[in-house]
Amino acid sequence: MTAPLRAEDLSVALGGTTVLHGVSVELRPGWTAIVGPNGAGKSTLLRALAGLLPRRAGQVWLQGRPLDDWGVRERARHIAWLAQQGQAQGDLTVRELVQLGRLPHLGLLGTAGAQDERAVDAAMQATECAAWSQRRLQQLSGGERQRCLLARALAVQAPVLLLDEPTTHLDPPHQVAVVRLLQRLGRQGTVVSVLHDLPLALQADRVLLLRSGRVVAEGAHDEVALHAALCAVFDDAVRIQRVGSRFSAIPNLQ
Amino acid sequence: MSDRAARLRLQLGLALASLLLLMAGLAAGGDGWSLAALAELLRGPDAQLIVGQIRAPRSVGAWLAGGLLGLAGALAQGLFRNPLADPFLLGSASGASLAVVAVLAAGSLAGQGMLPIAGMLSQLGLAAAAFGGALGGVLLTLMLARGAQHTLRLLLAGVVVGVVLTGLSDLLTLAVPEALRGRQVFMLGSTGFLGWDSCLLLGLGLLCALPLARRLARTLDALVLGEDSARSLGLPLARLRLLLVGLLAAATGLAVSQTGLVAFVGLAAPHLVRRIAPGPHAYTLAASAAAGAVLLLAADVVARTLIAPQELPVGVLTAVLGGSYLLWLLNRQRES
Repeated sequence: MTAPLRAEDLSVALGGTTVLHGVSVELRPGWTAIVGPNGAGKSTLLRALAGLLPRRAGQVWLQGRPLDDWGVRERARHIAWLAQQGQAQGDLTVRELVQLGRLPHLGLLGTAGAQDERAVDAAMQATECAAWSQRRLQQLSGGERQRCLLARALAVQAPVLLLDEPTTHLDPPHQVAVVRLLQRLGRQGTVVSVLHDLPLALQADRVLLLRSGRVVAEGAHDEVALHAALCAVFDDAVRIQRVGSRFSAIPNLQ
Repeated sequence: MSDRAARLRLQLGLALASLLLLMAGLAAGGDGWSLAALAELLRGPDAQLIVGQIRAPRSVGAWLAGGLLGLAGALAQGLFRNPLADPFLLGSASGASLAVVAVLAAGSLAGQGMLPIAGMLSQLGLAAAAFGGALGGVLLTLMLARGAQHTLRLLLAGVVVGVVLTGLSDLLTLAVPEALRGRQVFMLGSTGFLGWDSCLLLGLGLLCALPLARRLARTLDALVLGEDSARSLGLPLARLRLLLVGLLAAATGLAVSQTGLVAFVGLAAPHLVRRIAPGPHAYTLAASAAAGAVLLLAADVVARTLIAPQELPVGVLTAVLGGSYLLWLLNRQRES
């Protein structure tokens, strides 16, 4: 089966510095977490996969077609992207913000129909932000805003979701809620998220480990080789151990 | 109060203020303003000339020009995601000013028979020169910024173009001092030259600009999320931004060509709207146009009557009032 999203020999430079060096990955249905130290190229990889960065070399394939062959709106209906530290300022209400997720379906002139409103409702319920749908963005805390931005990405109802640090600013109960949501979404489509929090990342179906713009390891959350690579890349600052039915990363303070 | 109710109240308030100010504009004359004097004037033989040909087009024209400036201000603030952006930011003011000075200087030189080309240039009306100059200034900014893809580059290019073109205007004024008086009138802004033909132009401009702006409103909403997020929603940002800059330039250029440089209306109108009843851009753009219209008409009525029978240049008044409003706003934000 063709992977919904695939990068082949992908190189990307930012400001003259090469950040990704020939990365090849296949992102299959399910939830994949991208992890790595600061500056490893995680966000750059996600932006390149979304077609938001020019590539120095290589190709990205969406459902077997090169990304460049897709029209911008058609592509936007298939890939939803959530920015790192997403901006959301201004006078929009939460609902108006989430409704922007329907832009790929409506264009600039379309009018939202019942199906669009249902998608917006579902996204807001999934991220638990329906209660403050009429509040303005400037009246929200960082965590609340992050949940609205996640709802905006979900409202696209795209088969591929690319989320750059979706749990930033969230308190532990909401981090857990987002993890459960990503696990559920992973059963319905392809979810790729950059995560700094290793215990959360290890709840994903697969983990992709980057260092210095290269893929160091890739595997299921319970693979011993992946655990060894994680410990090595993070200079043994973490230990991986089983907690219940899953594995978790614990800071190595000794 | 719900958002919808607040917006409705603002719209009703702006409509009522427009009507009252239009009446005040008709009544405002050399002796201050009075409805009794207006009634007497309307019964007299000069009603058609003074009210029909001078005060009415001036008031309607001020309302329309203010509408264009308010709309342009909301477009600029949405495009640059900066509440301090104003319609003159991209070099339109300095371009219009240089073109006006060039035509004035050409008129003076042609009168002295000094340059053959000066005669041709002086044939170009001041309004056409100002409009062309405003568009030329923005075009130069776009060329320097290599398009409208990068907001920061566009802003910097606008500042550079503004400084250079203003410098050239100064140089030209030094070389041909006869242009100084006309330049001063243009820089201070005036509604005194507005006739029905100006109203027709301004009205047509506003009629075209408002629906187009409304169509682009979702782009401005999406830009709230940042440029990458807006692009990820399938918006061809480079093309849309170019359209927005073009619309901004045309609206500003048209207003400037008829009234000169009226400061702060474009800056203050969107602020007022957002303060009283904020909302998405489809609403903010139209409401800012209405607020700009009311602001400029109010400033015009006050400028005509404050020291009657003398008149204050309307641009001076809007600068003083608008500047004070912004200072007050900054102070309030610091306190909160």
